[in-house]
Amino acid sequence: MTSSARLFRLARVLCSALALLLAAALVQRAEAQDISAALSQLTTNKYDDTEAALGALALSGSPAAAGIVSALADGKLVFGGLPPRVFIEGPGGALLDPLTMQPAADAPAVKPVRVNNRVRRAIEAANGALSLVSPDAGKRREAALAVGRSRDEAALPALEMALAKESDPKVKSAMNLARASILIAKEGITPAERIAAVELVGAEGNQDALAILRSVPESAAPEVKQAAAVAIEGIERNLAMWGMAQNVWYGLSLGSVLLLAAIGLAITFGVMGVINMAHGEMVMLGAYTTFVVQEVIRTSYPGLFDASLLIAIPLAFLFTGLIGVLIERTVIRFLYGRALETLLATWGISLILQQAIRTIFGPTNREVGAPSWMSGSFEIGHLSITSGRLWIIVFALLVFFALLATLRLTRIGLEMRAVTQNRRMAASMGIRTNWVDAMTFGLGSGIAGIAGVALSQIDNVSPNLGQSYIIDSFLVVVFGGVGNLWGTLVGAMTLGVANKLLEPYAGAVLGKIALLVIVILFIQKRPRGLFALKGRSIET
Amino acid sequence: MLNMFTHARRMAGRALVGAAALALAGGGVASAQETIKVGVLHSLSGTMAISETTLKDTVLFMVQEQNAAGGVLGKKLEAVVVDPASNWPLFAEKARELIAKEKVAVVFGCWTSVSRKSVLPVFKELNSILFYPVQYEGEESERNVFYTGAAPNQQAIPAVDYLMANEDVERWVLAGTDYVYPRTTNKILEAYLKSKGVKEEDIMINYTPFGHSDWQTIVADIKKFGSAGKKTAVVSTINGDANVPFYKELGNQGIKATDIPVVAFSVGEEELAGIDTKPLLGHLAAWNYFQSVDVPENADFIKKWQAYTKNDKRVTNDPMEATVIGFNMWVKAVEKAGTTDADAVIDALIGITVPNLSGGFSAMMPNHHITKPVLIGEIKEDGQFDIVEQTPGLIVAEEWSPYLEGSKDLIADWRKPLNCGNFNVKTGKCGGAGQ
Repeated sequence: MTSSARLFRLARVLCSALALLLAAALVQRAEAQDISAALSQLTTNKYDDTEAALGALALSGSPAAAGIVSALADGKLVFGGLPPRVFIEGPGGALLDPLTMQPAADAPAVKPVRVNNRVRRAIEAANGALSLVSPDAGKRREAALAVGRSRDEAALPALEMALAKESDPKVKSAMNLARASILIAKEGITPAERIAAVELVGAEGNQDALAILRSVPESAAPEVKQAAAVAIEGIERNLAMWGMAQNVWYGLSLGSVLLLAAIGLAITFGVMGVINMAHGEMVMLGAYTTFVVQEVIRTSYPGLFDASLLIAIPLAFLFTGLIGVLIERTVIRFLYGRALETLLATWGISLILQQAIRTIFGPTNREVGAPSWMSGSFEIGHLSITSGRLWIIVFALLVFFALLATLRLTRIGLEMRAVTQNRRMAASMGIRTNWVDAMTFGLGSGIAGIAGVALSQIDNVSPNLGQSYIIDSFLVVVFGGVGNLWGTLVGAMTLGVANKLLEPYAGAVLGKIALLVIVILFIQKRPRGLFALKGRSIET
Repeated sequence: MLNMFTHARRMAGRALVGAAALALAGGGVASAQETIKVGVLHSLSGTMAISETTLKDTVLFMVQEQNAAGGVLGKKLEAVVVDPASNWPLFAEKARELIAKEKVAVVFGCWTSVSRKSVLPVFKELNSILFYPVQYEGEESERNVFYTGAAPNQQAIPAVDYLMANEDVERWVLAGTDYVYPRTTNKILEAYLKSKGVKEEDIMINYTPFGHSDWQTIVADIKKFGSAGKKTAVVSTINGDANVPFYKELGNQGIKATDIPVVAFSVGEEELAGIDTKPLLGHLAAWNYFQSVDVPENADFIKKWQAYTKNDKRVTNDPMEATVIGFNMWVKAVEKAGTTDADAVIDALIGITVPNLSGGFSAMMPNHHITKPVLIGEIKEDGQFDIVEQTPGLIVAEEWSPYLEGSKDLIADWRKPLNCGNFNVKTGKCGGAGQ
């Protein structure tokens, strides 16, 4: 290389550096203007203007922009005065100047800047673009994901700038993915670039990647479309397999709900033989107990909210158990051995309980909140598992085994089995059969109450809650085999999984009908259910 | 328990009750001449009590307000409340009791379409007036019924238009509970979407049983349907109790309104009162009224309502507004006719205009439906709605949808000389579908 050439290069470098500086200065000046224009746009109370302002803020690079955008997201960005100006509402309702964050000189009447879904999306994208350069790697990664989701072409320059500076490999791969997601649908890029983007996104292999791959424009080169089609096919095949696993998981989850609802009935109907139509109302009472517990906690001990369900479980058990004992002592004990009368009487009790709750708490739904450890979801492979459902499965199994242990290992369990198997023999051995009857019914009711605590998390807490579970409960107990707890477990899980495997093909309505038909045919073949109880007791 | 006792009583001895009723009626002759009776036919027990109880309270509130303002035609109003207990045949029985035994001048009632269909023959036979305050599927216009809720074109179609224009939605999930209202509305919407150029494969229709509580599969399907690279929205005609688990599942599976917005036609302030609304932020509802409508008439109404119910958190909702409008229309028509006689009031009602609660006026049209503005609201964190769109003018109900084969040639006009609820403009005959 000659010296003149070297000089020439130096000059070129200097020139471009100067040009950059000049541009930076220009940008700096333009920025002050841009952001004030954007701020005045925020005062028009029109969603279009707010969206445009957000776009300008995201690209302005102004240090105040991030604060303004997050204030808007939190509903703390307000406007008012004449001419209208924007303020950030600080703690205690003080109005702050959005640029300086100092208290504003005057305090006009203000209204919050309104936000709709479109604006919310723009906030997400702007937030993403703004925090791409945050010093916190976690935030940068989240920002990259947000930009990738929004697939906002306007964020591309910011993304590329951030990418050039990024050193953290995790953040970098997120940014690369975001960039690829945007590039896939962008006009005017080379096929090679697009194919690279398609491959990068395709490697993700999830539902979102599928959506992005499908957005390859019609005008793209054939080899790009080919690459996208291959990637889509691969993902779909993979996802179909995971989909099967997901359906089984849904089935187990539904099965656990059925198990919870039916397990109390497995005692009152299965063990005692009482056709208990008020069983669903016991579940409902358990749910309302949870509501009351949460109300008390909310007003008096807000710190305990996450423990509200744990507190509600024993209370619900005691309360519904007590109601169960009361019902047994006052009504059912006069009706043993008269199935039809028991059915009618317990149905009447169920109506009384429903209307009582309706009178006390009103006919509308009551809000039962989810503690934080039951919210959210996580993924194993492509299997998405919601925490709430997982806990309900765990809880259902815990209740099941606790009940099994009670019947097998405790004295009262032994007496219960003795009385149901041979009442007269048990009585002559000195067991107080009356007392055991009351306790058994109370136990079944109490367990229904516990189920109500769990079901309050996934269903309405309304006076009608129990009605929706009574048929399913009977179905499970009869299908599983009357008098056999293991039958209830297997029956619930079988019905749950079968229902969820049928649903994608037959739809929710037909699926349910098909399941009922199958169960009816099964009962024709095996009248005593999956696990028939053998022995003399069944004949008495 | 009222219901059970009435049943038992009826079984025990109809004659005895009849005699008692006669005695009561005889004793009340003097007072009966001074009051005008208003029937309230809303379920106070059973599944529908959740929605209908509020409407019973609304009518009682309106009666009290009207009496405080001097009554109607110089007489006080007297509300007669019966409980049809969410039991459709019982609706017809109770309607007969109100009209034939209690001699009410007008009935405010029904929520579900099947309950309305059940009482129709009774109102025709005994020639009385029913005000029906709930949004419904249309495809009906009866001489004895005045529909103050929305027809599909006053709710569903503007909602779809909003999503198309403002959210650029190209792919649609029509999810509903499996009964007549969602099925008819979805049929209309499907035809409408196709007329707008939406392709068959971009529409997914899904029905679920009443009270469906396990939404895992369906929400996962919606998520999958929504990942086809086109903006997707859910149009929900899911009814009643099934909504809470549906929205909970949406939240659990991380579907936000910014990804896949859900616009609902059966979710209002009352329904939201029982849900944790944080995960619902930004999902939409289309109604003709929201509690958050910012006009003095509405503020005044809410204040009086909360004072009447002695509950400063009691919400208002769309079917309540429809009840209020219907009630005021009836009062005005009775004053115009100068009598409570059904024929005179039915004729007088057409053309009656009363203020609605969203700052405008609603008029009773010759098809026995009313004009309404359409409002689209996004759910806010406090369980209220942020109104993001309001139609500039009032919309006239299309009781017979132009998007359905069987009904596009039909019109309803209860004025003379047509005097017909299903006039076929093609054949020029009153009565039924086109050939």
